Amino acid sequence: MTDTTTPKNASSSLSGLTFGAVLPWILATLFLLVMPFIFTSNSAITIMNQMAITIIFALAYNMLLGQGGMLSFGHAVYMGVGGFMCVHIMNYVEDYSLPLPLPLLPLFGGLFGMGLATIVGSFSTRKAGTVFAMISLGVGEMIAACSIIIVAFFGGEEGVSGDRTYGLPFFGVEVLQQIEVYYLIAFWLLLSAVLMFLFSRTPIGRMANAVRDNPERAEFLGYSARWVRFFSFVASGFFCGVAGGLFAINYEILTEENLNLTQSGAILLITFLGGVGYFFGPILGAVLFTLLQTILSLQTEIWQLYLGVLFVLTVMYFPGGMAGILMMHVPAIRLGKARLLVVPYIRTLVPAIIGTLAGAALLEIFFHRRHAPLGEEEMTLFWTSFDSHSDVILISLLAVCFGGFWLTRKTAPQMAEAWHKANTPDGGAA
Amino acid sequence: MDLILVNLIDGLVTGLLLFMLSAGLTLIFSMMGVLNFAHASFYMLGAYFAYQISTYMGFWAGLLIAPLIVGIAGAGVERYGLRKVHQYGHVPELIFTFGLALLIEELVQYIWGKNHVAYSAPEVLQFTLFSISGNAIPAYKIFMIFVSVSIFIALLYVLTRTRVGMIIQASLTYPKTVEALGHNVPLVFMGVFGVGTALAGVAGVIAGPVLGTFPGMAFLLGSIVFVTIVIGGLGSLWGALVASLLIGWITTFAASYNVGMEDLLTLIGFTKPEDLSESALRDLWTLTLPQIGPILPYILMVLILVFRPQGLLGKRDA
Repeated sequence: MTDTTTPKNASSSLSGLTFGAVLPWILATLFLLVMPFIFTSNSAITIMNQMAITIIFALAYNMLLGQGGMLSFGHAVYMGVGGFMCVHIMNYVEDYSLPLPLPLLPLFGGLFGMGLATIVGSFSTRKAGTVFAMISLGVGEMIAACSIIIVAFFGGEEGVSGDRTYGLPFFGVEVLQQIEVYYLIAFWLLLSAVLMFLFSRTPIGRMANAVRDNPERAEFLGYSARWVRFFSFVASGFFCGVAGGLFAINYEILTEENLNLTQSGAILLITFLGGVGYFFGPILGAVLFTLLQTILSLQTEIWQLYLGVLFVLTVMYFPGGMAGILMMHVPAIRLGKARLLVVPYIRTLVPAIIGTLAGAALLEIFFHRRHAPLGEEEMTLFWTSFDSHSDVILISLLAVCFGGFWLTRKTAPQMAEAWHKANTPDGGAA
Repeated sequence: MDLILVNLIDGLVTGLLLFMLSAGLTLIFSMMGVLNFAHASFYMLGAYFAYQISTYMGFWAGLLIAPLIVGIAGAGVERYGLRKVHQYGHVPELIFTFGLALLIEELVQYIWGKNHVAYSAPEVLQFTLFSISGNAIPAYKIFMIFVSVSIFIALLYVLTRTRVGMIIQASLTYPKTVEALGHNVPLVFMGVFGVGTALAGVAGVIAGPVLGTFPGMAFLLGSIVFVTIVIGGLGSLWGALVASLLIGWITTFAASYNVGMEDLLTLIGFTKPEDLSESALRDLWTLTLPQIGPILPYILMVLILVFRPQGLLGKRDA
C-alpha cells in the first residue's frame, strides 16, 4: 500500500520541519504496518479496524471539543450521513458499473459529512458553549428520528447495506478480506491524522484555540469568532464523514444506530476519557474504549456501569483525561527524577487497584443475586467459581475493599510528597 | 369537535408534564448557567423510587416521599459534584451532567433490570371520570392535570411573593451583589437545584404509571425537554409553560389526525405516479402526519433558532 509515503509528503510540503516532528508519524506508520503480523487472527484485525475508525472519529470530534471548545451532542450524525451516502454510492456504482475505485470512497463520505456540517453549522455556530451543545443535540435527534421516516435514504429499521467488492479490482486488490480492509483503513487513518494535525497548526487552527479560550479578545483582534467556529465545524464534519465512509466499507451496513444519541454520547466519552487537551488524547481514548467494549463486555454484563463510573470520576478529578495524566509526568522526567515516583506509586496504587477489584467483585455478586435465574447460585469471577449467596465471601470482599482503600488513603500523602519532590529542581525551592 | 376536546385534554396532560420538567431545568439554567443534562434522569429516578416505595406503602406515600429523596439526591449532586466541576467552566459541567445521566441509567438497570417494572396508578383513581362521545377520560389524567397546575401555582407564588423567591430572583441577575448583602448564594443554588430536581421527580412519580417505567424513559423525554426550553426561551418560566403546552398539543394532534402527504399533494395539483417503488420521492407520497409527529418539535426548534434565536418569550439571545 501507499501509506509509507504519507509522512514524507507531510515533511516535504512544509519546509523547516525537524526530524523530531516527523519521527512520531514514521513510528506510527511502521506500527500500523507491523500490527497485522503480530496479531494475525481475524478477530484481532476486526478489533483493529474498529479501533482505527473510532480513532478518526474521535480525532475529528476533538477538533471541536478540545481545539475549538465546542461541545457537540449530535456528532454521530455527520459520520452516519457520510456512511449512508457511501453505501448508496457503492450500490449506485455497482448498478451502473462506474469506474470509481473503492479506496476513494471515504473521500465522498467526507464531502457529504462536510456538506451537512456546512448547513447545520450556518446556524449552530453562532454561539459556543451550552447553546451550541443544545442545538447540536436537537439537530442530531431530528436527523436520527428522520431515519425511520425517510426510508428511501436511511432504509428504515433494517438500514441500508452494500457490497464493497463491487466493480474493478484496484491495482489487483479486490478488498475482499479483512486484512485488505485493514490496510485501506490504516492508510486513511494516517492521512486523516496527519491532515488534522496540520490543521491544528494552521492559523485557523490556532485561532480556534484562541476563540475557545477568550472569544471576546479574539473578536477585538479582528477575528470573527463565529467564522472560526464555523470553519472548525466544517473541517470536523469532513473527517467524521471520512470515518463514516470507512465504517461503510468495513461493515457494509449502516442503520439508525449509527446516528442516534447513544453513538454521539459514546464519542464524547471516548474523547474525554482519552484527554481533550492533547492531540494524541482521543487516540488513547479510542484504543481503550474499543478494548473495553470488545474484551470487558465478554467478561461482565455491567461493563457500561464501570465505564459510567470511570467517566464521571474522570470529569470530576482528572479533566485532562489519560493524556493529561501522562503529560503531568513530563516535568519530572525532564528533571530526571521520575524514578523517585516509582516506589510511592506502587505503595499507593496497588492497594487502590486491589480495593477497586474487590469493589467490582461486590457489584458483580449483588448483580448476580438480583438478576440471575432462580436457583442458580454459582457464579464465576476472576476464574474462580463460588456460591454467590455465601456471606463469608461477601464479608471478606468487603474487608479487602475497605482495607485497600484505607491503605490508599494512608499512603496518599507520601505519594503527594514524592510528587512534589520529583517536580522540584535541585536547589530550587527550599 | 368531540375529538378536538379529547385531544385538548390529552395534549394538556403531556404539556403540563413537560412543563414540570422544563420549569426546573430552565430555573437551574438561568441561575447557574448549567444545563442539567441529567434532569430527565431525576425524572426517571422519581418514577423508580415511587415504584419501590409503592410496593411497601402504596402510591400516595410514594408521591410524597419519592420527590423528597430525588430532591435530596439532586442537592447532593450539586454540592459534591457540580460545585467541584464548576471551576473548570461550563463545558465540563455539561459533560459532567451528561456522564451523570449515563451513570444513572446504568445504575437503574443494575438495580431494577432492563425491563418495565409494574408501577401502576392507585386503584382509587382507576375509573372513568367522564366520557366525551365514547372517548373515556380516566380520572388519573385529571389528577395529573390537578397536580401539575397546583405545583405551577405554588412555584409562581414562592418565586414572586415570598422573601426566598425574591432572593432567588435577585441571585439570578446579580449573584455577587446578593452575596455581598450577606445571603448564602451557594446555598441558594443548592436549594434551587434540589427543588428543580424534586419537581422532575414529581413528574416522574405521576407519569410513571401512564408512560411506563423503564430505563429508557429518561433519554426518551430528555431531548424533548431541551427542545422545550430552547423554544420557550432559555431562562423564561412563562416561555417554558407556553412551549410545553405548544409541544404537548402539537404532538397529540399530529398523532390523532391521519392526514397523508398524498392528499395534500393531490390537492395542490400533483398526480401520484403509478409505480412508487422505484421513485426517490416515494417517502414523500406515503408520509403521514402521525409519522412526522415525533419530529415536529425538533423542526419547530430549528425554525425558532433561525428566525427568533432568543426563543418565544426569552430575553437573552440563544
